[in-house]
Amino acid sequence: MVKEIDAKINEIDNQIEELKKAEVLDEAQLYVLKRQRHDLVKMCKNIGPHDKVFLARHKKRPKITEYIDNIFDDFFEQQGDLLGKEDGSIFGGIATYHGVPVTIIGHRKGNDLNENLKCNFGMPGPEGYRKALRLMKQAEKFGRPIVTFIDTPGAYPGLEAETNGQGSAIATNLAKMSALKVPVVAIVTGEGSRGGALAIGVANSVLMLENAVYSILSPEGYATILWKDSSRSDEACEMMKLTAQDLKSFKVIDDIIPEPIGGAHMNPKAVYKTVDRYLKRELEKYAKMNEEELSKHRYKKFRNIDADYLKVL
Amino acid sequence: MKLPINKLFKGKSSSETKVKYIQIDENSKQNANVDAKEENKEEATTICPKCKQEFKKQEIKDNLNVCVACGHHYVISAEKRIRTLVDKGTFKPLKCKVAFTNPLDYPDYEGKITELQEKTGLDEAVLAGVGKIDGYEAVIAVMSSKFLMGSMGIAVGEKITNAVEYADRKKLPLIIFTASGGARMQEGILSLMQMAKTSAAVEKFNNNGGLYVSVLTHPTTGGVTASFATLGDITLAEPEALIGFAGPRVIEQTIGQKLPEGFQRSEFQQEHGFVDQIVPREKMRETLAHILRLHCKRGK
Repeated sequence: MVKEIDAKINEIDNQIEELKKAEVLDEAQLYVLKRQRHDLVKMCKNIGPHDKVFLARHKKRPKITEYIDNIFDDFFEQQGDLLGKEDGSIFGGIATYHGVPVTIIGHRKGNDLNENLKCNFGMPGPEGYRKALRLMKQAEKFGRPIVTFIDTPGAYPGLEAETNGQGSAIATNLAKMSALKVPVVAIVTGEGSRGGALAIGVANSVLMLENAVYSILSPEGYATILWKDSSRSDEACEMMKLTAQDLKSFKVIDDIIPEPIGGAHMNPKAVYKTVDRYLKRELEKYAKMNEEELSKHRYKKFRNIDADYLKVL
Repeated sequence: MKLPINKLFKGKSSSETKVKYIQIDENSKQNANVDAKEENKEEATTICPKCKQEFKKQEIKDNLNVCVACGHHYVISAEKRIRTLVDKGTFKPLKCKVAFTNPLDYPDYEGKITELQEKTGLDEAVLAGVGKIDGYEAVIAVMSSKFLMGSMGIAVGEKITNAVEYADRKKLPLIIFTASGGARMQEGILSLMQMAKTSAAVEKFNNNGGLYVSVLTHPTTGGVTASFATLGDITLAEPEALIGFAGPRVIEQTIGQKLPEGFQRSEFQQEHGFVDQIVPREKMRETLAHILRLHCKRGK
């Protein structure tokens, strides 16, 4: 549904652009178009899981670089895994957050094809995960809190990635992250898909944008497994329970960050502000904990993450 | 027939020391490929998928489910694996039974699990307990690819975590035989979370100085490869096991070409530095005993 509405909004946006180019502005027509646009956006109020998957993947959705520009100061990018490769699909570095140095790590998606080719559409290889781990261990050394941004279709299922130990790289991150002695806050901003998302998601707090999704597999993959038919992904979305609301009820995530109606890309500035508010609250909470308390807190969180569904007889 | 696992393993007394290889129970109904069909036991034959020769099933069964001609490793049940690995009568399963749960209300899931429990005699896709190998006590967990492809849901994650924690508490070495298609789709995101849960437990055990030997068997893929399977201090693999994160079909679809022969097999993983040694099944017991011995002698 949102997909169709989005197409119509796009069309109106183009018409508005055209209108503005004219020598004499047709104000009446502009008003009509804006009114139509407003009504269309309002239709996105109550949306289903497959609509959320669409919004989570929307090409205009804010990306890690934009979050960094708008929420953090003084960013310094770090590259490379120091083992032989730079993987552009993991973006990271040091910045200040309300005056405090933090390490930021996240999946990087591009705004166009060219950028996406450079960052492999946000699908890391093992080198990306090793780079992430390097930055995390460094953050631990300097006592910097870690903020991660999750937005990936999954780890890259390629020949080279497999050859270089994709599984082992992800596993090492899961293990090492669980014991970090600094606060870790993860924010699922778009698609959180599979182990490739979790590999930077073992955090003290996991927050999720209202229209982000987080799942064991893509809905297309799930539909393929379930019905041998990837075109039934909309049905799979319903079944998989992958929305922020579902995950909150599973207690897999801690909180939901609200988005403007129609998705984060409708008003990015508002989203940066809200994310900032939620992030600040989480980091303030952990500032009071010592090293041991922090790693214990994280361990306990994941040890008991399935507590509502686990009954040992 | 349902296998009374407790009875099987508690055996007689654990005082019978150091039996090298335990006799394979002739009446075992555990069903590797070779022991699939029951009728006409004496006569039943199988064609080895590797060397294409025909053998009596019994011949293969008596050889640890390994082809007597070419050494092809057939699937071996978790129960038989343990029976042929530990000193007779020393294995005691850990008490960790997890109630069935269906967080996604996945259709027909409970029926499927019940059916598999009856068929395999296992309560889930992993069998964990404490046993002795050549006199050395260890926590041993064995996954079963026959139980929903050894996939990891809440129960498997819990049983593995429980085994790791038990080893940590009792200061025992930990040996896990992996065989899994990855995280269990039927339990959705909560299966994914088992990767973090098990990995965190291994890391804690690791930080407390515990020895963890991971044995990768066919197949070890997906979320199990990307969690506890690849976190061992020592990583062994059975010959020609498929070991990888992404499945071969997915990779082929992604890159649009056929994968080279032997890609993601044990030998490939060893060549690329992810496996310490490839150990054929007949050498597994003595290799594990060797490793345990080397870790026993450290100064106190």
